[in-house]
Amino acid sequence: MAIEVRIPTILRTHTGGDKTVQGSGDTLSTLIDDLDSRHSGIKGRLISDDGSLHRFVNVYVNDEDVRFTGALETPLKDGDSVTVLPAVAGGSAAGKR
Amino acid sequence: MLRIGQALVDAVTAHARRDHPDEACGVIAGPAGSDRPERFIPMLNAARSPTFYEFESGDLLELYRELDDLDEQVIVNYHSHTATEPYPSRTDISYASGPLADPATHYVLVSTRENGNDEGPVELRSYRILDGQVTEEPVEITTD
Repeated sequence: MAIEVRIPTILRTHTGGDKTVQGSGDTLSTLIDDLDSRHSGIKGRLISDDGSLHRFVNVYVNDEDVRFTGALETPLKDGDSVTVLPAVAGGSAAGKR
Repeated sequence: MLRIGQALVDAVTAHARRDHPDEACGVIAGPAGSDRPERFIPMLNAARSPTFYEFESGDLLELYRELDDLDEQVIVNYHSHTATEPYPSRTDISYASGPLADPATHYVLVSTRENGNDEGPVELRSYRILDGQVTEEPVEITTD
């Protein structure tokens, strides 16, 4: 089962510079395991210590943010396209130095 | 050091003034692999808040797709603080130290605390943020 995954700049060191790679899996979770088996280190960048998707990582399946479709349990099928991006946010809320 | 054109600085400060008292945010893109900020891309602050900013998730996807198509990357990530100094907050630092954050990004902060929506000087500073460590860098403003 082939799923196309778009890799953010900072993770391309794990993919030999490739912008997109192919993977397989019937959920986002198994896809990430599959990617990590061939591009070691990717999983550690996407999954936090408690086993959930990292807070500062956005993952989309066919343009849909997986936060709204079941997070790591989001189902995947042949031909799906997955995009991984760094979340961008911030602001003065947490106080200044 | 950040080298940036006067027109881009003006665009960032104008955006910050316009959105005050909410925080304004956006990026300046440049050719992939370069350190040249060239294209001003204001973003919507999905939080519409005076103390927080956030790129909406769909906007973020659209932005990165466009950058990819044009073979560009984010050179500068900018936002405003509207009541405090232009120094990265703990929230800013955690996002900038996230697992997919690019350490080459220049984080530009402006503060509209002095003049709000009005004309007048806007404080602007630039930082590099790596693994939770903040380093302010000099800003050279070019006239071309």
